[in-house]
Amino acid sequence: MTGYILKRLVSAIPVLLGISVIVFLIMALIPGDPATAILGSYATPENVEKLNRDLGLDQGLVARYFIWLGNMLQGDFGRSFALNRPVIDEVLDRFGATLILAGTSFVLCSILGIAAGVVSAARQYGFADKAITFVVLLGISIPSFFLGMMMILIFAVELRWFPVSGMWPIYGDRNFLVLLDHLAMPALALAVVATGVVARLARSAMLEVLRQDFIRTARAKGVRERRVIWRHALRAAMVSIIPVLGIQAGFVLSGAVYIEMVFQWPGVGRMLVDAILKRDILLVQGGVVFIAACYVMFNILVDVAQALLDPRIKT
Amino acid sequence: MTFLTLPRHALLAATAATALALAAGTGSAQTPDDVLIVGQIAEPQALDPAAVTAVNDFRILMNMYDGLVRYKDGTLEVEPALASEWSISEDGTVYTFTLREGVTFHDGSAFDAEAVKFNFDRMLNEEHPYHDTGPFPLAFFFSAVQDVAVIDAQTVQFTLNAPYAPFLTNLAYPTGLIVSPDAVREHGADFGRNPSGTGAFTFDEWRSNEAVVVQANPDYWDGAPELQTVVFRPITDANTRTAEMLAGGIDLMVEVPPVALSEFQGDAFTVHEQAGPHVWFLILNAKEGPFADVRVRQAANYAVNKQAIVDDVLEGTAEVAAGPIPPAFAWAYNEELAPYPYDPDRARELIAEAGAEGSELTFYVTEGGSGMLDPVAMGTAIQADLQAVGFDVTIETYEWNTFLGNVNPGLEGKADMAEMAWMTNDPDTLPFLALRTEAWPDQGGFNSGYYSNPEVDALLEAARVETDQDERARLYREMQVIVHEDAPWVFVANWKQNAVTSDRVEDFSLQPSFFLLLDDVTKN
Repeated sequence: MTGYILKRLVSAIPVLLGISVIVFLIMALIPGDPATAILGSYATPENVEKLNRDLGLDQGLVARYFIWLGNMLQGDFGRSFALNRPVIDEVLDRFGATLILAGTSFVLCSILGIAAGVVSAARQYGFADKAITFVVLLGISIPSFFLGMMMILIFAVELRWFPVSGMWPIYGDRNFLVLLDHLAMPALALAVVATGVVARLARSAMLEVLRQDFIRTARAKGVRERRVIWRHALRAAMVSIIPVLGIQAGFVLSGAVYIEMVFQWPGVGRMLVDAILKRDILLVQGGVVFIAACYVMFNILVDVAQALLDPRIKT
Repeated sequence: MTFLTLPRHALLAATAATALALAAGTGSAQTPDDVLIVGQIAEPQALDPAAVTAVNDFRILMNMYDGLVRYKDGTLEVEPALASEWSISEDGTVYTFTLREGVTFHDGSAFDAEAVKFNFDRMLNEEHPYHDTGPFPLAFFFSAVQDVAVIDAQTVQFTLNAPYAPFLTNLAYPTGLIVSPDAVREHGADFGRNPSGTGAFTFDEWRSNEAVVVQANPDYWDGAPELQTVVFRPITDANTRTAEMLAGGIDLMVEVPPVALSEFQGDAFTVHEQAGPHVWFLILNAKEGPFADVRVRQAANYAVNKQAIVDDVLEGTAEVAAGPIPPAFAWAYNEELAPYPYDPDRARELIAEAGAEGSELTFYVTEGGSGMLDPVAMGTAIQADLQAVGFDVTIETYEWNTFLGNVNPGLEGKADMAEMAWMTNDPDTLPFLALRTEAWPDQGGFNSGYYSNPEVDALLEAARVETDQDERARLYREMQVIVHEDAPWVFVANWKQNAVTSDRVEDFSLQPSFFLLLDDVTKN
């Protein structure tokens, strides 16, 4: 097992190196440099050259890459030009916020999606099914940022149930309840599309299962309908629902960018958008590499867990 | 019977969660009495005035620091601040400042001539031990400074390498704000997150991406501010900022999008407007193509319906521009100058005289950018106006940084016209950097349209070394008439900065400098 884990870890190295080269080249090759972004109207060639020198951007591409890589291997991701603080501090803060938002959305979309799909399948062509199918279609069709803005208008501006934006109140205590208060709207707005997708898949997976013989057997034995559906059928259907949940996890993480913009959630998606617009090279590079490393690690963990459960994979 | 199939505990959990969220939903209670919450457009870069370039950051800094001089309330004219008086040598190269006595920085250290020298040496002298706390992108405002000498504790002398009239107004700009040398020594490159100045408010805390909090400085030399606390919240999305204002989450909002202004009619809000030192214009390529002919350039000025752009696209948040110096510089502005009227017939005549009918024009438009207002909609309106008088206009749209990378090196061989906007602190800056022959891009300037008129060059050079303000004003007025006639640009708009305050906020006014000064503001 140790050998397998080591092998997986070693295989991650070229992946991360490749990502670092790609993100470095993209930031180097897109038009516009940090000095121009900082100086704006005052970006004379002379001023740009001086500022680039001060920022350490006057060296060759290859030299810059290896300096960056070398520092990063020692845990130094550099300093953000635009925020004037260490890249790693910013990335960790922001990544935590995104995980809270996306994690909540993921739980929401899993529970709501599966529940809606199951009810829908159990009442196929009934009123509940039609209503759910309609709502799901609506949910899938509404762009999340638009939904977010509408939610702000209705629940924050008109009804004043929730704060408009941000993750924490400006003053006062920070506890779970106030976080929930700020989290409710963005998490729900982010979960809507994913919930729709999960609900549709859960419905068809359930319909598939409900036609099978063991369900008929269970019913014939006199097992109560609720138990047939939630225990027997859902368990079998989960086999095809779980991979979809995996995909939705990625979807909520990437969809978080829009929601973070609308609700001013201090997450990593908004951070990257701002950083790209400001040509904050080190923050973009550091952020992307960090996120990529997390994904790779997550994948390795999943693979290792699977290998632990199923020895056949370990080859 | 329908939903009974749901397991009860799941239903319960869902209900509980909703109830919890609603219970937690304190909504947006009113903001506390002595705390002013300001909705800013972005997270600041740093709170070190020497290191930043954005108006967004200046709005915070002007409340925490002072310069040797400052703009008089409601004007762009200089008055004493940390320097109580000054004298200028006959030849305009030596400025001697007498410093205000008894002023201390927020960290307790004394403000004196040594501190002033430290500030400018840090920015300008690459050998200075704290020069590495930069970079200092706008240090070139003071590139004329040859030497800063401490005469005694309350007297400091600046020697310039040549007479340079904008020096005083540059000192009033945020780049000239004075920071505490002790704090710089203590925090080094992290000074920008641990700021210390002499201003009306002292730094309290900076929670990344949430808020910068400052507290009243009870010992402020110019009188302690009325407010106890000011919180600057970055809310980058303009719609969200508007929603926060409507919901009562913030007390003051800057840069209200024109389309949102109608939301703030009524007694609950006050909309503030103030014209500032801003010009929005089109650079015309005077070196090649149809705009090499002055008649075609004038025709473009007649053809564009500036009033319609200002009224319809910008919803009245700007005024029609007449020339290269904005009216906010009242002392240097030429009142006799009238904007080119909207006269498409006159434009057609001029085009016909020049034989430029049906010319194909390439027009650089940006998606957005500092001071660019609503560049895509404005570009489209301009395109339609120019088409109407017989030009064939192709728009090329670029993201802001890419756009600057295309426009700043000059339009030659690429485009006939480009959008541009400037906000400046002195009437000298924009014409000097963007209209002189020596400011062509190959010489390091911003004259991307290659305008050249020896008379204008001479006037601008003379105004720059003239220390008598009336004489300077006369030179600028003369220059404006010539530039208006030569039409190197299409003069489009002067932006009126706006802000909204809630009905609890009083004694607030916007400044023509676009700075946000909060020391007199009250809230009840």
